[in-house]
Amino acid sequence: MTDVQESQQPETLHGSPVTWSRGQKVVHPSRADYIKVLKKLLDDGYSMCSDLTAVDYLTHPGRELPVGVAAERFEVVLNLTSIASRDRIRVRVQVPESDASIASTFDLWPGTEAMEREVFDMFGVSFDGHPDLTRILMPEDWDGHPLRKDYSVGRIPVQFKGANS
Amino acid sequence: MTAVENVRQTNEGAQEMRSRSEIGARELLREVGAVLRMSEAEAAKLGQVPADPDEDQTMIINMGPQHPSTHGVLRLMLELQGETVLRCKPIIGYLHTGMEKTGEELTFLQGGTNVTRMDYLSPLNNELVFSMAVEKLLGIENDIPERAVWMRMLLSELNRMSSHLLFLATNGMDIGAVSMMLYGWREREEVLRFFQKVTGLRMNHNFIRPGGLAADLPPGWRDDVLSILETLPPRLAEYDILMTDQPIWRERLQGVGVITADEALALGTSGPILRSTGVAWDLRRDQPYLRYEDVEFDVIVGTYGDAFDRYAIRLNEIRESIRIVYQILDRMPLGDYRIQNKKVTPPPRARIDESMEALIHHFKIFTEGFKVPEGEVYVGIESPRGEIGCYIVSDGGPKPYRIHMRAPSFVNIQALPHMMRGGLVADAVAVISSVDPVLGEVDR
Repeated sequence: MTDVQESQQPETLHGSPVTWSRGQKVVHPSRADYIKVLKKLLDDGYSMCSDLTAVDYLTHPGRELPVGVAAERFEVVLNLTSIASRDRIRVRVQVPESDASIASTFDLWPGTEAMEREVFDMFGVSFDGHPDLTRILMPEDWDGHPLRKDYSVGRIPVQFKGANS
Repeated sequence: MTAVENVRQTNEGAQEMRSRSEIGARELLREVGAVLRMSEAEAAKLGQVPADPDEDQTMIINMGPQHPSTHGVLRLMLELQGETVLRCKPIIGYLHTGMEKTGEELTFLQGGTNVTRMDYLSPLNNELVFSMAVEKLLGIENDIPERAVWMRMLLSELNRMSSHLLFLATNGMDIGAVSMMLYGWREREEVLRFFQKVTGLRMNHNFIRPGGLAADLPPGWRDDVLSILETLPPRLAEYDILMTDQPIWRERLQGVGVITADEALALGTSGPILRSTGVAWDLRRDQPYLRYEDVEFDVIVGTYGDAFDRYAIRLNEIRESIRIVYQILDRMPLGDYRIQNKKVTPPPRARIDESMEALIHHFKIFTEGFKVPEGEVYVGIESPRGEIGCYIVSDGGPKPYRIHMRAPSFVNIQALPHMMRGGLVADAVAVISSVDPVLGEVDR
């Protein structure tokens, strides 16, 4: 398996470019096509959304993306599983820093509700149409989003929330 | 301090469940209708409280985060009408220590100490999935020596047994069979004693590492494993007498916390919860890793999707693990316990005394770490609680650029509101217990 498919015609799936990462299939839809492509994947039998997370590429030296996909700061990553054909597919969507929001997948896989809340909590990426977009792991009144690369480690004093001394 | 101040201290603001008078149809839809694909009107109808002459029919109470039956620091907000649970919302994050952020600061060699602490009841499975992801990034996943692969399987299966034994113990305690708690912990201790002999630690081993394992099996390991395998079956038969065949036990569990296959799939649950609904999905069989395609075992499935099925599945998975471990004992090959790849493997201890290069190499690997080529990868395996996944992005350096663990308990816990709806408060305890969450990996 090669990281980049060596065919002349770039491989596509439902109109979005496909790459291979260590033998794993990755689809790169645009933010506009995101829900459309996911719906088609759900119809293809990817009935389970195993994982939804995000990556902040702020300090990354540069990553390989297929032609036509512009790198943005955030990337939302979904890992879908098909029970019927026993395989997996990964979906990576670019989300710009200036407008860190993307449509929610809650209507397709209700199980992503908590995962999207976690991404919102940790990266500050908001999900349009999410029924309950609140912080999930951090306290409600926390400042900042801990997993962003510009959120430093070890400099925040321990906070005992609301404790009366 | 007044009672009001006490209440404010536990306030989590918008994360909390709001009272019935404030919620709109949209929120009700999320709580009751989303998985069933209902319309808003249908959801609102389902959410209606039966007419009651008194106006204040429902009450919102907190269960946890310090309730002994919430398995740690899980907090549930329950809306009750009498003893019936109308709504439920799990509130998590009390054990959040930023382990994914910490993981970005640790080298790939140190990462094992971090991930092993997430699901502290199956630490070896955490290490295994992390090591497999790193090996895939390095491109050495097919070069791991046979003995290392079979050793990993042995430890992973023994860990499944110890984790399920702990489930039987806590499940028994939650339902009221308190003596079961002692028996379950006693049997689990037998397995942990073996782990201590092999890895040096009862838990949080950091034994499975990228490239293989930390050490070979100690002399006499085969006898120790055999004595565990011989002790367990009669004890499991005792559990059957104590619990499975007992009418009170069945009354407490059968028909409690029912979830359908469609709901379980839509919510993304995995492991015994998904299998209890009749979906035979086990990554050991369906996407084989290690050498699971070479051993014989059955995937245990349930029919009704209730708490009893989930209990019975775990009990019988211990028996399947025993079966697998017998086959591993028969087939354990000789050979190296880690890959001999200079890039990731430190030189043997004896070489350090005679060669300066070996000393430098050793020093470099443990201070700087080894570099992992740029790329991203997701690996999922079957932990006792379901699919545990590891997503790693590498920027070519010695530390992961981003490490994310797909924790089975984090996803499974989202099925609680659906299992509890319409049940009794006393059954809520049975339902939490049957999901078997480990809060260490829920909050990470």
